[in-house]
Amino acid sequence: MPAPARHHTLSVLVENKAGVLMRVAGLFARRGFNIYSLAVAPTDDERFSRITIVLDVESAPLEQVTKQLFKLIPVVKISELDPSSAVERELMLATIKAEPAARGQVIELVNVFEGTIVDVGHDEITVMLAGRPDKLDDFEDLMRTYEIVELQRTGRVALPKLERQAPRLRSVKGA
Amino acid sequence: MKLTGAQALIKSLEMQEVEVLFGLPGGAILPVYDPIIDSPIRHILVRHEQGAGHMAEGYAQVTGRPGVAMVTSGPAATNIVTPLCNAYMDSTPIVVITGQVASTAIGTDAFQECDTTGITMPVTKHNWLITDAQDIPRVVKEAFHVATTGRPGPVLVDLPKDVANAPMDWYWPDIVDLPGYKPTTRGHPRMIREAARLIGESHRPVIYAGGGILKAHAAEALRELVDMTGIPVVTTLMARGAFPDSHELCLGMPGMHGNYTAVTSMQKCDLLIALGSRFDDRVTGKVSAFAPDAKIIHVDIDPAELNKVKRPDVPIVGDCRLVIEEINKAIRDQGGTEAQPDRSAWIDQLRTWQKQYPLHYEQPETGNTLKPQFALERLRDNAPDDTILVAGVGQHQMWSSQYWRFEEPYTWVNSGGLGTMGFAVPAAVGAKVGQPGKTVWAVDGDGCFQMTAQELVTAATERIPIKVAILNNAYLGMVRQWQELFYEERYSEVYLSPHLPDYKMWAEAMGCEGMRVESPEEVDAAIDKANGIDDRPVVIDFRVDYREKVYPMVPAGGSNDDIILDPSQGEGGR
Ligand SMILES: Cc1ncc(C[n+]2csc(CCOP(=O)(O)OP(=O)(O)O)c2C)c(N)n1
Ligand SMILES: [Mg+2]
Repeated sequence: MPAPARHHTLSVLVENKAGVLMRVAGLFARRGFNIYSLAVAPTDDERFSRITIVLDVESAPLEQVTKQLFKLIPVVKISELDPSSAVERELMLATIKAEPAARGQVIELVNVFEGTIVDVGHDEITVMLAGRPDKLDDFEDLMRTYEIVELQRTGRVALPKLERQAPRLRSVKGA
Repeated sequence: MKLTGAQALIKSLEMQEVEVLFGLPGGAILPVYDPIIDSPIRHILVRHEQGAGHMAEGYAQVTGRPGVAMVTSGPAATNIVTPLCNAYMDSTPIVVITGQVASTAIGTDAFQECDTTGITMPVTKHNWLITDAQDIPRVVKEAFHVATTGRPGPVLVDLPKDVANAPMDWYWPDIVDLPGYKPTTRGHPRMIREAARLIGESHRPVIYAGGGILKAHAAEALRELVDMTGIPVVTTLMARGAFPDSHELCLGMPGMHGNYTAVTSMQKCDLLIALGSRFDDRVTGKVSAFAPDAKIIHVDIDPAELNKVKRPDVPIVGDCRLVIEEINKAIRDQGGTEAQPDRSAWIDQLRTWQKQYPLHYEQPETGNTLKPQFALERLRDNAPDDTILVAGVGQHQMWSSQYWRFEEPYTWVNSGGLGTMGFAVPAAVGAKVGQPGKTVWAVDGDGCFQMTAQELVTAATERIPIKVAILNNAYLGMVRQWQELFYEERYSEVYLSPHLPDYKMWAEAMGCEGMRVESPEEVDAAIDKANGIDDRPVVIDFRVDYREKVYPMVPAGGSNDDIILDPSQGEGGR
């Protein structure tokens, strides 16, 4: 599935408490904001988790989304990551039909995309690929020729691009 | 000091200076009801948990202090969802404590288990499920802090039974540590100067005062702003009383059933100064046609309200009182009253509209028809000065807001955002508990009254002498009005009957004084008698004209320019 033309990524630092994800997801549902993808993981500070949300900007003005999100008590900080100023990555696992005759071609393409073969079966292989979301889209398109048996993507994670001028990390971690 | 979780909860409420709890016990909350016996906190036993929630709201709205309700798990928790939602929509600070099944049983479909925090998440400012008795004081302190600061609102604390029974070491936290919660209270200085400048340049300004004025205790600051600048004020349904109706610059209520001058002043103004108001659809009508020529200054403590409906020229996030005080200072710095432009043409225009299109109803010369507006006028004119008026939802609510004279803040309690039928009786009980020295009149509809009347049993038992005026039109009147105007008089399921139930007998059965009034001549005597009773609740069944409609009216989704007046007022009327 290609990303919508107008998406926006929010990196949301939340308190690591029970039910936080439900609060965030519930808010999106009841205000009619569409989520394109969502990834959650703990941060280096155990008190906080980071939720990376890719939003369909057509569904709601970004300003309302961030303001409403910020009203949730466990939301500590929100960084808006414009695709042009962020590093975005995603992980994919895909099981591809690879009869002996086609297997060579599949492996070749996996190598071109710098993927890894993580499992091999009788006439299928499972591939792992990490990279920019559009690169994953391309790989997915190419694999359709060989039949995708199963496919799972994580949803993207993102951090702001680093300052070129002063070589220091622009922190997105608040508190 | 070792306490049980239940004891710690009650002690925490005492630390928060809670003086009264509205509630009803049951299995999961049983442990907490035991230490109540030894606590100085008064407990008022309601007859339905919805009543407990609305009582807490009524109490909060007239005292400015958070109202507290306590109920058990499952059906009790779901019964209090309506008041939570009501308080959420009207930004009323209430704290609801619910019992929960033992934490070991959560997720097993145990008896009276329900996902209370899940269900109430969208209708609370925040909620907590306590899993460790040691957390109780901290959570209670956080809950009261969240409910009462920033944009106030309801919060809920869910307490599993085993946690209530578990031992804990008592402590009381000195601070609240919520890294994600830091409401902005001070307005941006540059924006404040900009607001003062726009005000100084405007020729047709109007202040659009909302409920935030009351929440922020900003009535005095508002008064000062008006007296310094001579700018007229509309007070929304949630802000009635925030600015005195007797003030010559008070235009009264705007919106769907607002008066002509208040509605039209907003349409024609060149500067709209929104203070603690949120551009609700019942005020704006069709947004694209709302206040088309106006620049907008919008002050609100909730940043999400700015630019939600209308893009303000000057957005100011902050506490209404602090911001208005700063704006007043900036206006003084820019020359004060003398530096304001001559606005006499605008004020004259408003005066002309007020004379031309006052609130109006037709009192027939002959016959014995009792008009609801007449009953309200008599109630108003015979009420003691600082009477608190509470309303249900429907026609009677709109007439109450229109025909009463609100002179003081916190003398009007109603369900604005959610429009909850059944609000009036329990909210009036809560208001009377909060302000026992004041007369509390509830004006209720016959439909609304039937939803929560049983709380009069609570009031009679607890000696809370509220007064209830039922404007009994034998109909779900507001719905009937829409069917008459917009569904070609096809009346579908709106008839209730004037005498079934017999309201007088019902009131008496609930331990109240019951009266019935059927003609205009009987009105004053009944009201006098009611005002003289102070040892039990009073209910007057006013049999009013069912044909009466609320005017003016802006049809839903229509432009405020298409306001419909009372048919007798000619132009624009239907
Ligand atoms: C709980 C609830 N159910 C339904 C409605 C829809 N509703 C709004 S006003 C109204 C009629 C209220 O009737 P009544 O209490 O007799 O007041 P009246 O309009 O006749 O003054 C109804 C049904 C509502 N606001 N709240
Ligand atoms: Mg009625």
